[in-house]
Amino acid sequence: MHVPRGGIRLPALALAIAALGLSGCAGSPDPNTLIVLNSATEPHEAADQQKLFDACAAPLGVKVVQTSVPADQVPSKALRMASSHSLPDILDLDGSDLPTFAGIGGLLPLQPLGVSFAGQSAGAVSMGSYNGTQYGIARAVDSLGLMYNTDLLKQAGIKPPTTWDELKRDAKLLTHGHTYGMAFSASPNADGVFQFLPFFWSGGGNEAHLGDGRGAPALQLWKDLVTDGSASSAVVTWNQQDINDQFVAGNAAMMINGPWQVPVLGSIKSLHWAVAPIPVPAAGDPVVPPLGGTVMTIPRTGNPTKQRAAAQLLNCLNTAKNQLAWGESEYYIPTRTDAARTYEQDNPELAGFVSEIPTAKTRVARVGTGWSTVETALASAFQNVLTGRSTPQQALKQAQSQAKSGN
Amino acid sequence: MSSTQNVAVSAPVSDGTRSRPSRAQGRRSALRWCFIAPAVGYMLAFFGYPLVRNVVMSFQHYTPSTFFDGRAPFNGLANWRAVFSNPLFTDSLWHTLVFTLGSLLGQFTLGLALAVFFSRRFRLSGVVRAVLLLPWLVPMVVSAVVWRKLLDPATGVLNTLLMDVHLIGSPLPWLSSPNAALASAVLVNIWIGIPFNMVILYGGLQEIPTDLHEAAALDGAGVWRTFRSVTFPLLRPVVTVVLVLGFMSTLKILDLILALTNGGPADSTQTLGTVSYQLSFLQLDFGQGAVVGNVLILISAVFAVLYLRANRADFGPER
Repeated sequence: MHVPRGGIRLPALALAIAALGLSGCAGSPDPNTLIVLNSATEPHEAADQQKLFDACAAPLGVKVVQTSVPADQVPSKALRMASSHSLPDILDLDGSDLPTFAGIGGLLPLQPLGVSFAGQSAGAVSMGSYNGTQYGIARAVDSLGLMYNTDLLKQAGIKPPTTWDELKRDAKLLTHGHTYGMAFSASPNADGVFQFLPFFWSGGGNEAHLGDGRGAPALQLWKDLVTDGSASSAVVTWNQQDINDQFVAGNAAMMINGPWQVPVLGSIKSLHWAVAPIPVPAAGDPVVPPLGGTVMTIPRTGNPTKQRAAAQLLNCLNTAKNQLAWGESEYYIPTRTDAARTYEQDNPELAGFVSEIPTAKTRVARVGTGWSTVETALASAFQNVLTGRSTPQQALKQAQSQAKSGN
Repeated sequence: MSSTQNVAVSAPVSDGTRSRPSRAQGRRSALRWCFIAPAVGYMLAFFGYPLVRNVVMSFQHYTPSTFFDGRAPFNGLANWRAVFSNPLFTDSLWHTLVFTLGSLLGQFTLGLALAVFFSRRFRLSGVVRAVLLLPWLVPMVVSAVVWRKLLDPATGVLNTLLMDVHLIGSPLPWLSSPNAALASAVLVNIWIGIPFNMVILYGGLQEIPTDLHEAAALDGAGVWRTFRSVTFPLLRPVVTVVLVLGFMSTLKILDLILALTNGGPADSTQTLGTVSYQLSFLQLDFGQGAVVGNVLILISAVFAVLYLRANRADFGPER
């Protein structure tokens, strides 16, 4: 009956320690299973992924299991996995997150493991590289284009604009009633910055030197579109999905968006649309859109057998046939130039996207691990200009000091 | 309170035998520990540890590489200096206070008015009260997304309605102007918070004996006089609970703002919660994110102490 004081606490403590210990070694991985961490939270995307994974894994005698979290949570999930020594065998990272992980030595160089980059476009190769070493391989990329409502443009008797002046003029022409001529996302996050980059870059802006003022014309263009009433003042709150909703609802005649919207647009029979390259400052200037998409990386798990298997899996996923299958199922553009050519022939309506890829640039090429601060600074810049808080020049100066101080 | 009474009552009985006082006492205190231990263990593991960890982290250079090699060198006050010299932090501090006070004022006033209204029984009052609870059941992010559509300047229902009844001449930029966005966010949060305030205050009103109201009426007190001198003083403990709980949950607001405005436009709706999220999970500087988290904890702690003191004032004389 007598219960000593310590007797109560000791078993409880022992139980707690046992529980901690158990959770520490829980999920000890199966030697024949490769874990892939990606953002395939859409059921159909996960299923399409699994089909390709299974086909490639069978000859290697392994199984592939996907762990999927929303895209913006992949980096923090991967970091948590790193701290509990349970890193996945393949980490499918957004291209802009690669420098962070490569820079801290979390990833293995792919070429020594035998991963081949043969036939890949230069842009795709640069997406997976950090300080001249290949840490990631992109199976497919996406970018942005000018998507327009063909009926509305036909009614107005115009062709899609190719220069900024034409864009301003046509957007005004197409605006009446509840329909704005133009829609773009200027939300203060990755979406808005992704949409701003093609204008910023083709206008001569350099994200490593925001203070040089060369990004000002792009800021002015966006501001003019809103001031003219050709784009809603709500663009500062719209993400890329909202833009698409506006376009589908007939509230926008033209929009900046990417190929991932094609399934939604294609499912609406009454909506007729087409894709054109994003307008440039003057006729003949090259379009410089941002390269989006993920790169597959092999984290330092300390398991050479699995790392070799993962490398072989990557090679299989990147054959022309498999890249094409993946690209066509998700409307991404294959990174192998041969596969991209077939893709363009099979999907002529997406030619506007494919044609931009050779000049497209990655977001991190110039600033590397500093991208997240630059991204925040750029977002502040266009938000301040669009809401009338500062002029383009002031906004860029402020952005420069923001990017420098690291806040 | 009841547990101390029980012990006080049972103590003389066992003391009466006086055979083995020390063993009986030991058994009792062991038993007491038995009941306390799970709670203490839980508090230490799930409140104490994260709290201490967060404070320590704010003095460390805690970056993505820490997750790989476990190294987080102490960097003194560097994180604190960086955060306090960031103009966004000062702005977000103000936004947080305005958002919290504005939301509480609106939620409480409307919640109390509705609670008083429904405390008088009438036909369908139960049904209407149940319907008013709905905003509380909807997940915060869903509310935010729906409100974003309602507040759209061109296609939003609210502007269309206001223009149709000629209350406004041109569309209001609810969420797209830095001057209006914070106020709009407060409006949405008031809408979300009314049911909580109403339900708790309604419960408090039910507790007030009706004979007190009858007595006041007999003494010739009017409606307003009765409310001021009878209802409100008796409701005070409930009011304190509602306000303190509301304060704590509003102060750390994150999901609503992220889904509604993402901190924009032009950082006009950045709160301590969103800045902490941005620093930790987007810029991956966990040390600076922890600093902002600590500031939030500190503000909450001040109000928690005030709450405890107010509670003591309310219940103190009874002891």
